Amino acid sequence: MYKLGIDVGGTNTDAVLIDDALQVTAAVKYPTSDDIYGGITGAVDAVLAASGVDPASIGQAMLGTTQCTNAIVERRGLAPIAILRIGAPASVGIPPMVDWADDIAAVAVDSAIIAGGFEYDGSRIAPFDESACRAFFEGVKGKVAAVAVSCVFSTVRNDDELAAARIAREVLGQDVCVSISSEIGSMGLIERENATILNAALHDVARRFTEGFAQSLEERGIVNASVYLSQNDGTLMTIEHARRYPILTIACGPTNSIRGASYLSKTDDAVVIDVGGTTTDLGVLQNGFPRESGIAVTIGGVRTNFRMPDVVSIGLGGGSIVRVGDDGEVTVGPDSVGYRIAERALVFGGDTVTATDVAVRLGLAEVGDVSKVASLDYGVAERAMAVMRAMVEEAIDMMKVSSDDIDVVLVGGGCVILPTDLAGTARCFKPERSGCANAIGSAISKVSGTYEALVDYDAVPREEALRVARAAAVEAAVAAGALPDTVEIVDSEDVPLQYYPGRTNRVKVRAAGDLSC
Amino acid sequence: MRTIGLEDIEDIALGSSLLGSGGGGDPYMGKLEAIAAIKEHGPVTVLDVDEVGDEWTVAPICGVGAPSVSLEKGTNGIEYEKVRAMMERMLGAKLDAFLLSEAGGLNSMVPISAAARAGLPLIDADGMGRAFPGIQQDTFTLNGVSTDPFVIADEKGNCTVLYTVDNDWTETIGRAVTSACGGQVITLASPMSGAKMKTSVVVGTLSYAQRLGRVIRTAASAHGESPESFFLRESGAYRFFKGKISDVLRETRDGFNFGRVRLDGIGDDKGSQAVVEFQNENVYAEVDGAIVATVPDLICLVDSETFVPVTTENLKYGKRVLLVGLPCDAAWRTPAGLELAGPRWFGVDVEYRPLEECYAAFAQARRA
Repeated sequence: MYKLGIDVGGTNTDAVLIDDALQVTAAVKYPTSDDIYGGITGAVDAVLAASGVDPASIGQAMLGTTQCTNAIVERRGLAPIAILRIGAPASVGIPPMVDWADDIAAVAVDSAIIAGGFEYDGSRIAPFDESACRAFFEGVKGKVAAVAVSCVFSTVRNDDELAAARIAREVLGQDVCVSISSEIGSMGLIERENATILNAALHDVARRFTEGFAQSLEERGIVNASVYLSQNDGTLMTIEHARRYPILTIACGPTNSIRGASYLSKTDDAVVIDVGGTTTDLGVLQNGFPRESGIAVTIGGVRTNFRMPDVVSIGLGGGSIVRVGDDGEVTVGPDSVGYRIAERALVFGGDTVTATDVAVRLGLAEVGDVSKVASLDYGVAERAMAVMRAMVEEAIDMMKVSSDDIDVVLVGGGCVILPTDLAGTARCFKPERSGCANAIGSAISKVSGTYEALVDYDAVPREEALRVARAAAVEAAVAAGALPDTVEIVDSEDVPLQYYPGRTNRVKVRAAGDLSC
Repeated sequence: MRTIGLEDIEDIALGSSLLGSGGGGDPYMGKLEAIAAIKEHGPVTVLDVDEVGDEWTVAPICGVGAPSVSLEKGTNGIEYEKVRAMMERMLGAKLDAFLLSEAGGLNSMVPISAAARAGLPLIDADGMGRAFPGIQQDTFTLNGVSTDPFVIADEKGNCTVLYTVDNDWTETIGRAVTSACGGQVITLASPMSGAKMKTSVVVGTLSYAQRLGRVIRTAASAHGESPESFFLRESGAYRFFKGKISDVLRETRDGFNFGRVRLDGIGDDKGSQAVVEFQNENVYAEVDGAIVATVPDLICLVDSETFVPVTTENLKYGKRVLLVGLPCDAAWRTPAGLELAGPRWFGVDVEYRPLEECYAAFAQARRA
């Protein structure tokens, strides 16, 4: 059976086919269409044609998409919703959406904070106010088709959220879309609630793109495939889950790109260097996943509980302009000829010396007409290359966490400009087909499970707590569809609670494994 | 006299997290609460210290507890009225204004919400000029102001009043009450006259935080110079090191978060190493084995690109940071100040040297 990976980008829709041995059978690019489906079907047709693979032999199809991000940023297709928070008397001082812009806050028809919720140790703040819950849903009956429910410390205990969801279905009907914050996860009530609200507002968008995607595949004869969507953390969810929790797809692009590079180079720990026309982005692979930054994903001005991959950008790309100063000093960038490289670079008959011309002159790359760079002074080219090398080596050094040499993976259209013998690096990979790294990252993704809790190490010893957390994370990954034998712990952290007596720690463990076929 | 509106909140929060010198808690929840309070009750009146009448009764207000708990629970809003009413009942007198206990971190925001909700003016001054781990580590204690009555309220409406034999006991019992209340409370304590306040505070810290916040926010768009040199010049911060975090060690004892972070130099500092020890807040910094700054001066780690302060809770492997120092208030450099918050209080057996001297020696050694 084959895996089909699709990445819908702003400009191109990429599609790749990967066989049982995890080899790339074919990879194509096709222009993204306004309705996205034209782009998807076009890319699917092209990749099927290029590979000659029987559509019925595709067992899994994975989609990475920016549909949700776009809908939120453009305030397009968002549905009216009701917001319920459980936790009074706690949290009342910060009403839902208090710092949201008016145009996006307008998605809320009504909101309420009712009694209930938990302390960090799972004891109750107040009894769950069932009648207030019922009254709130009665009040929005007929006005909304989706509700967002959050609760103080629902990551510790989700009883009240589940009770509220049940009441919502009783009052509003079984078809109402209920988003509960514990399904979105992670500590921090407001950020989690924000994501839950956006999720609820996306339910219509989610229905359309999941149905559209499934239909596009079916029309192409891909009838035996389980369908998955890429999540922000580099793992997959089923299309059914994506329909209920579309928000989990946001910002999956950078993550897929780094994971695709990991796959292409067969390495789990490396610095990934993505060289574009104007800039170069460096990210770090740790245990096969991108290293997270502490920066929250903010979409459409709304801060969420998702974290961005840690990426550093430098002003160097294939189109960076090379200059020789009056004092003979050679500079590279930060300005670039950008997409006009095909007319302005020397190798393409232009009059501007670019980083690409330097690489061609030195014999590192074969691009365009080699004879056109003969006029470029070899010494200048050498000095320009020294500058480019120093820029990248310094950036690599910024990303490394130890002084040991690290593997690097060079990807992206501009990566021909860089040498492979960079300082501070062990092995250096320049894989083929790196232009489709996003779609590949989507296709080879794993499924994961996360467990997070506050634990007092005086009551439960650290080793015991971590063991319980690991087991719970593994169980969650298996529940999400991972093959038990393949599940590994990919992230584990415990951070002490500040300004608090005792030895209470926030324990967070994530496990991931391969999809069962 | 001026007012603080919605447009001022962001900069104050950002600047206060620099004054937190690694601690004080992320001001995010406090910021949202202040926005909610101002939206509901209107802008807050801020008074300079010399606008306060000598005969007034004023008291510092703050939140106590675990910032991680606050991230889930927020506040109710009722706490501020509760502590004010109880304080007035204990004193048998009306309160005229609030001031800040702690300008660093989350507690820069709490008094803004309090003043908005309780309808009192806020004095542009605090008791630390930064953040410290202990409730008693403030300039009020230094100036002999008792914490009595120490009024505590939680989001449920529970109200506790402590009269203690000394301010150390306030810390001990106050922590226990906080824990019993579920991990976060609002406290109003150390009532004093306007006259006493004027000689017992760090003056102008709310405005200072706002100024620092503006510098951080606008550094990226600096004209004609690098963002880093703009940030350093405008903030007055002393730059010691630029590095990436290569190791973070943490341990908790007695409710405090101890640890050390190691930085491997990048850029001009490549080949060098720096170490910062923290106890909630950063306690001292070393570059290549030599101590370059200690408490009570402010030791701060900020993102090397955005200059956004990095709290000790958010230290992560691989993060690229700038190690900078800001001088503390002169009150902390007196013998009494150093006894209460100097290096030895934190278990670091070195003689305190003011940051400016440390920096001059450091810069000279670097040039040599």
